[in-house]
Amino acid sequence: MSFEFINVSKTFAQAQAPTLSSINLTIQRGEFVCIVGVSGCGKSTLLNLAAGLELPTSGEILLDGRRITGPGADRTVMFQEHGLFPWLNVYENVCFGMKLAHLSREEMDAKAEHYLQMMHLSEYKDYPIHQLSGGMRQRTALARALCMDSEILLMDEPFSALDKQTSNRLREELQQIWMETGKTILFITHSVEEAVFLADRVIVLSPESKSISEQIEISLPRPRHVYDPAFVALRHRILEKVREEVL
Amino acid sequence: MSSVLFFLILLLLWQGAFWLLVDVLALCKAYALPSPVGVLERLITLTGNGTLLRAVGNSLLRGVIGYLAALILGLLLAHSEYLQKHVKPLILGIQTLPSICWVPFAILWFGLTTEAILFVVIMGSAFGIAIAVESAVKNVQPIYKKAALTMGATKLQLYRRVILPAALPEMISGAKQGWSFAWRALMSGEVMTTSIGLGQTLITGRDLADINQVMLVMLVIIVVGVVIDRGIFGILEKRVRKSRGLAQ
Repeated sequence: MSFEFINVSKTFAQAQAPTLSSINLTIQRGEFVCIVGVSGCGKSTLLNLAAGLELPTSGEILLDGRRITGPGADRTVMFQEHGLFPWLNVYENVCFGMKLAHLSREEMDAKAEHYLQMMHLSEYKDYPIHQLSGGMRQRTALARALCMDSEILLMDEPFSALDKQTSNRLREELQQIWMETGKTILFITHSVEEAVFLADRVIVLSPESKSISEQIEISLPRPRHVYDPAFVALRHRILEKVREEVL
Repeated sequence: MSSVLFFLILLLLWQGAFWLLVDVLALCKAYALPSPVGVLERLITLTGNGTLLRAVGNSLLRGVIGYLAALILGLLLAHSEYLQKHVKPLILGIQTLPSICWVPFAILWFGLTTEAILFVVIMGSAFGIAIAVESAVKNVQPIYKKAALTMGATKLQLYRRVILPAALPEMISGAKQGWSFAWRALMSGEVMTTSIGLGQTLITGRDLADINQVMLVMLVIIVVGVVIDRGIFGILEKRVRKSRGLAQ
């Protein structure tokens, strides 16, 4: 499997300048790729294109050689604002995608139980969404995404609205899940630390050229530690790169 | 408790005024001033011979039929892009027309029949409901649709499992408002025609110069309207909002 962006550009209808221009990127099966950049550099647009929620103005996005023309269950998305349905409880939210796919009751229950347990949500499965904390909501959204069993997970700053402690804990759990399941993850973040912690490869988007300005392979062994000198050095290097782009 | 006392005193004062003005001073004719005792008497007779119950039943049935038809029409209007683009300005205009203005039109088309009444109810409430439904559907947060689409929802699934439930609280508010339009329109229609109903009982009161019956029917119309508005729609609205954390 591979996920390819070939010369992808996106210009929105009312805008004069492109939001993204000439993006070329190939993501391999099982790779964890993080996209960083200052706000307004087109990170979220890139993810929406990958999800099929937006279509490129020119160029094409291929998944296993097939062109992406719309959203699909083979690329599950997790949003910054969880996107959980307030008329359903935790359990029903987690089952939503499986229900759309007409899974059998037993299969659905088994999977939901499995991922709710993984996300420490078993006790909360009957809770309405509005009674959950921010962290629990994102856990629910992650459980829902994992239940889809898609090979690709697209994540749009999923932890950025959470407090530091919760987001640190969730990124560790995400890393654990990734190591266990071998999913392909495209992860958008504005936090360089988060990117270096999680990614195999960090991609810096430039707000100036609206394109990829640099790709940095992160070969540090996992689990990584934020105070490890090599981690700090890499983090600095990427941070410099992101800053340069602003100036 | 204090409000019960207040109303008791008010009723006593009213009955006293009636006694003074009609019986003692003879300043008013008996048919021009209703009295609590007179209204109560009419309530007992009209309930006893079944007239009132039949009238309420008939009116409610018409109200519900007209209202359901209006709801369907409203949903159709709200979901046709073509109608929305071209007909919506027209609908906004028609909506400002008081429903009683449809009565002459209805009588010319249908005569003094139940159909005429239903027509007035539908014309009086459908457009308001349509506009409420349309705005409810439009106000569904895009993130819900996006989330469902990325989980592989088909158009039908998106509609049934996301758009309708997401729009439900606002649709109930719209339906509640639509009901009050429908109930008003129903009375406009009923007072003009001759089939049994609350509006017709009201007019019969006038024809018989029986102001107590007029007053009684007015009170019944208020009570039925309030029971449905607060009782049915109010509770439904509150429950849905509460289950989503929108209200305490």
